[in-house]
Amino acid sequence: MAETFACSFEATEQSARSCILAVMEGLRDIDLPADRAGDVQIALTEAVNNVVEHAYADTSNGEIRIQCDLSSDLLKIRIIDTGPPLPKGELPAGQPADISGPLETLPEGGFGWYLIRQLTCKLHYERQAGSNLLSLFFEMPSKPVS
Amino acid sequence: MSLTSTQADGAQIVTVNADRIDAAMAIQFKEDMRTETESGPDRVILDLSLVQFIDSSGLGAIVAAMKQLGRDRRLDLAGPTPMVEKVFRLTRMDTIFTLYASLNDAVSANET
Repeated sequence: MAETFACSFEATEQSARSCILAVMEGLRDIDLPADRAGDVQIALTEAVNNVVEHAYADTSNGEIRIQCDLSSDLLKIRIIDTGPPLPKGELPAGQPADISGPLETLPEGGFGWYLIRQLTCKLHYERQAGSNLLSLFFEMPSKPVS
Repeated sequence: MSLTSTQADGAQIVTVNADRIDAAMAIQFKEDMRTETESGPDRVILDLSLVQFIDSSGLGAIVAAMKQLGRDRRLDLAGPTPMVEKVFRLTRMDTIFTLYASLNDAVSANET
């Protein structure tokens, strides 16, 4: 029993927000527990932000598609854009940002991939016909036996 | 972005009247924080109790707001909701900021 829904939008921060909220609304119908829904929203937002800020840095006309596929134990969210490929064609390592320095040097960014890696159980990236396909996987908690 | 500001027990309380601090509003938040905290008490308490969601852009904007205050003033955080708390914990920013469970806790910590 797989459920699928998708949305697509122009790559601006405002429309990114609307689309992410629409995806979260769609996921609400499948009884995702609140804390897992939170994980999904954080990871999805970071991934979409990366596309808006990097892949489509030079355009506001870029299109992003988000597809969700739910099976009994896994939620897969695929994010598709037609921007340039990721550097070296691979997923960033997502090291934690260095917060050891003094106030003036504290990082104001660079948290995104680390958060994505922390909140997903698996990531997959491929370049296909001029598109970036990034898939985020989340384990679904097993339903309590009633 | 909507911020409101009051003072209590020598601290300035800035309340975020929005349910998200995300990429779409991070820059505005940083600017508004600069305006709100340009002058005032050394201790600023940011009341996050209405904020249901924050992303790394929003987190960065809060870090920037703390930097704007300089070394002689401090920014404490009050009332983080579960998702906000989680983002601070995962990025270990909860070791940089003091997070109080509620605004009351933050204000009374001022008295001791």
